[in-house]
Amino acid sequence: MTIQQLEATCKQVRRDIINMTADAGSGHPGGSLSATEILVALYFEKMNVDPQNPKAPQRDRLVMSKGHATPGLYAVLGRRGFFSPDLFPTFRQIHSPLQGHPDMKKCPGVDASTGSLGQGASIAAGMALGAKHMGNPCHVYALLGDGECQEGLIWEASMAATHYKLDNLTFILDHNGLQIDGSNSEVMCLGDIHAKFEAFGFRVIAVDDGNDITKVLDALNQPAAEGKPTCIICRTVKGKGISFMENQSGWHGKAPNNEQREQALKELEA
Amino acid sequence: MSEKKATRVAYGEALVELGKDNDKIVVLDADLASATMTNMFRKAFPDRHFEVGIAEANLVTIANGMSTMGLIPFASTFAVFAGRCFEQIRNSVCYPHNNVKLAFTHAGLTVGEDGGSHQAIEDVALMRVLPGMTVICPADANETLKAVKAAVEIDGPVYLRLARLPTAVFEDMPFTVGKGHVMREGKDGVIFTYGTMVEVSLDAAKLLSEKGMEVAVINMATIKPLDEDIINTYAAKCGKVFTVEEHNVIGGLGDAVGSVLAGRGTFVFKKIGVEDRFGQSGKPMDVLREYGLCADQVAEQILAAK
Repeated sequence: MTIQQLEATCKQVRRDIINMTADAGSGHPGGSLSATEILVALYFEKMNVDPQNPKAPQRDRLVMSKGHATPGLYAVLGRRGFFSPDLFPTFRQIHSPLQGHPDMKKCPGVDASTGSLGQGASIAAGMALGAKHMGNPCHVYALLGDGECQEGLIWEASMAATHYKLDNLTFILDHNGLQIDGSNSEVMCLGDIHAKFEAFGFRVIAVDDGNDITKVLDALNQPAAEGKPTCIICRTVKGKGISFMENQSGWHGKAPNNEQREQALKELEA
Repeated sequence: MSEKKATRVAYGEALVELGKDNDKIVVLDADLASATMTNMFRKAFPDRHFEVGIAEANLVTIANGMSTMGLIPFASTFAVFAGRCFEQIRNSVCYPHNNVKLAFTHAGLTVGEDGGSHQAIEDVALMRVLPGMTVICPADANETLKAVKAAVEIDGPVYLRLARLPTAVFEDMPFTVGKGHVMREGKDGVIFTYGTMVEVSLDAAKLLSEKGMEVAVINMATIKPLDEDIINTYAAKCGKVFTVEEHNVIGGLGDAVGSVLAGRGTFVFKKIGVEDRFGQSGKPMDVLREYGLCADQVAEQILAAK
């Protein structure tokens, strides 16, 4: 796809996120909007996946460690053809494959059941370790939230990823700086997160604007560092693309009402 | 009965035997391979044994990731850490019903000298409340081999509860997942038990027989799914129902059996186990005596039950 097509896809995904959360009356728009370019870059350009064969053994995997950002994930999977966008209005409704948090047994294209923070990083490390052991050439990605890095399991997984030289593993940090109770630094300061991942043995790539899909793709396209896992730290904006949601922690887990939906969709037309 | 052997040792041997024919079996440890006895597997198949270091949450979650790639991971640590990685077991393993085997050793009071901080008396309760989890606690070495084989064949999560203390090896120990096995017939009462307490219960039944009370002993190695038929049948036949376990009387087999029988008739019912206290250091048999779980003490409690 051209950059223009990818950007248009991001805009469509943002509309889907707004509609999905507004229809459901619940969900997590803020962290879905910040991660939109990352998810579109992965599923529309980078990852080796086949929507017609979502369980292909050698496919690349994405573990949505920040599992609450399902509106973004489902919008991308639906637009990529893993299931029909007609399912979007069933998000969070009874019997829907589009559960509040990703369910690998219910939703095509979901590689791991996540939502309990910290666990996705460790699941991804296990997948990458298993892939190496089995000679499976796939690459495993995990999308991490920044608040999530306060979980100890992230660091247990990071230590193991380096120990086992998992160069088939890439963590992508959606670093929007905000979490439910406020900013990262108010809630529990992450310190120098770049230096922390580097100290754990990762090759770290910094992306100064993770909502610029060209920059995200440039980072994703760097060749693997032999013998080392990679961590791409993307500086993003929570609520990106919707003026009244940007940089507001209050939009972490709140759905827009109909008036706010209309305003948001109008902004996304421009 | 031949020489005594701990079920953890039988587990180590079983992994080596099964590992020969099934290269999907991989084993993970959190720095306890020489205690969980998976060091035997590590020696036989070094490239299929993975250390995660002292990190139990990571142990089960990495194992879970490996299972999604088509491997059959056995993750081992001490049973007391079942609580430490409980939420990872709940959400990463059981919620998607992934094919992860948790073989946790050093369960119960018979850990002995290490004391109460290391004696798991709550792991059965934790594991049996998880939807889709199979919970098995074998009584001897032969049953352990069969249980490990069964765990490999089950497509889903399995918790194997294993002991540190060497115990009797029975000549005949049939095992089927979800079935109780009658170890001794009786008409005056029935004991439902598992693990290390099978031997104790059989010894108690002998003592009771000398006093004219014939008590059936049933090995409930599979605590979940529970063999409700055998519970109903023997409760109806014997009238007096006892459970004996090296576990808190809250949340273990006793409560499971009680739930089956609730509202089904009038029975004498007594749960024999750890009476809602933590363990303590001591030689394993001294600890069991302190908590009332030696054969003569079990027999006394059964005689006294009205």
